[in-house]
Amino acid sequence: MEWLQQLINGISLGSIYALIALGYTMVYGIIKLINFAHGDVFMVGAFVGFYAIKGWGLGFFPALLFSMAFCAVFGVLIERIAYKRLRNATRIAALITAIGMSLLIEYGVIYVRGAQPEAYPDNVLPSTTFNLFGAQINSQSLFILAVSLGLMIILQIIVHRTKVGKAMRAVSHDIDAARLMGINVDRTISYTFAIGSALAGAAGVIFGVYYTKIEPLMGIIPGLKAFVAAVLGGIGIIPGAMVGGLILGVVESIVSALGFSLWRDAAAFIILILILIFRPTGIFGKNTREKV
Amino acid sequence: MKKVTKFWLFLILAGVIYGIGQALIQTGVLNAFYSNMLTLMIINIILAVSLHLVIGITGQFSIGHAGFLAVGAYVSAIITMKFELPFVLAIIIGGIVAALAGLLVGIPTLRLRGDYLAIATLGFGEIIRIVFLNIEYVGGAAGMMVSNMTTWTSAFVCLVITILVISNFTNSRHGRACIAIRENEIAADAMGINTTYYKVAAFAIGSFFAGIAGGLFSHNFYIIQPTNFGFLKSFDILIFVVLGGLGSLSGSVISAILLTIISTYLQQYPETRMIIYSVVLVVVMLYRPQGLMGTREITDFFGKKKSAKGGI
Repeated sequence: MEWLQQLINGISLGSIYALIALGYTMVYGIIKLINFAHGDVFMVGAFVGFYAIKGWGLGFFPALLFSMAFCAVFGVLIERIAYKRLRNATRIAALITAIGMSLLIEYGVIYVRGAQPEAYPDNVLPSTTFNLFGAQINSQSLFILAVSLGLMIILQIIVHRTKVGKAMRAVSHDIDAARLMGINVDRTISYTFAIGSALAGAAGVIFGVYYTKIEPLMGIIPGLKAFVAAVLGGIGIIPGAMVGGLILGVVESIVSALGFSLWRDAAAFIILILILIFRPTGIFGKNTREKV
Repeated sequence: MKKVTKFWLFLILAGVIYGIGQALIQTGVLNAFYSNMLTLMIINIILAVSLHLVIGITGQFSIGHAGFLAVGAYVSAIITMKFELPFVLAIIIGGIVAALAGLLVGIPTLRLRGDYLAIATLGFGEIIRIVFLNIEYVGGAAGMMVSNMTTWTSAFVCLVITILVISNFTNSRHGRACIAIRENEIAADAMGINTTYYKVAAFAIGSFFAGIAGGLFSHNFYIIQPTNFGFLKSFDILIFVVLGGLGSLSGSVISAILLTIISTYLQQYPETRMIIYSVVLVVVMLYRPQGLMGTREITDFFGKKKSAKGGI
């Protein structure tokens, strides 16, 4: 039952991608910006969680919450400092600024604490391995899956049941009309960044607990892959990001299981290019016509 | 100024710069450190100018340029090291293979626009890097040893050819079509411009010169590894173009020269260098999104009065 095990690994990895992808997709849905710095928020979240666990001796859940809160503030700060002025700028200018912010965060962290990697302590979560239909399943991966799913459910409740969520949906639908209806657009955008970044922070802590090793440049590749996941599901669509993340995780595990682990990173980009060429709106997207 | 006089002036200027550089290196005024910096500067200028054609002139936002640099670097290294053919041939073949790779990447992806194109090119750049990482023939992750063949002369000749071809392309009928696409793709399409053809052509030419730069690059550094060509390299090239001004050839040349000097001096402090780069990138985008030169060329600053009077 090698396959069942790989599937579970893939779903655990995919749920991490999905958590990061949610932030990408929410921000893109609302201000049409690919927030390249999002992968670095994920990295910052992993480090904050690490220092909270190792330095202050917090448990998993307090560290997770602390990291989420820290990242929420951090995300809003990024938005206020860099992106707020760019509301009316060209798309290329916004994209370059996002790339610049991403590099700034990465090398800022290296400047402050050095480039050496850190290892999460391995006793954060109880780790027992048990047998399920002959597959060796680690309780950690199930636990991670449960936490990710819980966060996604909370997100769905926020988006669909609260006033903030309603405002977010309105702004992403039509920013000008939302402003005319008396929605505070700037504040709604800040909320979006806060929620997205908090999810990325949570993903960072979960990643750290699951894969142990964290380093300042760790956000680049998961960030790009999460973006692929967001595009795969249809960018701007929240359930799309979850499904896209899970599919991507499973595909990567399958590619590794087939013995092409060095090609794993390429698989994500090949999926991206196929999706962009054949169905640029993603799995859940609707076609829109471009008007002059 | 007539076009022909401009052309000769450019060649004379290039000859003078070449002569000064050659004299300084020959007499030993510039030591190995500085002459290496000059070669690196030329490679960076070629890269900046080739990306300028894609981003600045045609308006297609590509952030996978390091992939074509990698193709040129590896192909030319294979030709000199494995087949032991002459260096000139290696550079030309490196450029041609990179242009073919550009065609291969460009034809499907250039149908996309804006952000999607950026991400797709980034994805292709990464795929190219991963492919080289997995080919044992070129050493995989350990990299490939290449002997040093790039000289000031060979690099400078490549630079002159690059600038001549790209500035002539820009001022030709094709270049004007590309500029029309940059300004408004839908309008250009409506005016009867075959947008896909011009986008792919510009992309392939850009890739060709990136491949040339790759040939010079690999024969300058003794060893090439796939990690040299990650997307940080693409961003390095991107910042030359963005800082210089999207649409200004001389702007990208100037910023490539300045940033090469800065980064050579900051070589000991790579984090500081990247922090300065990123802060510059963000600040330029926030306060001067058109870059240092905008779409103007350095020649526009001379002979300004004439054009003001003429009315055209």
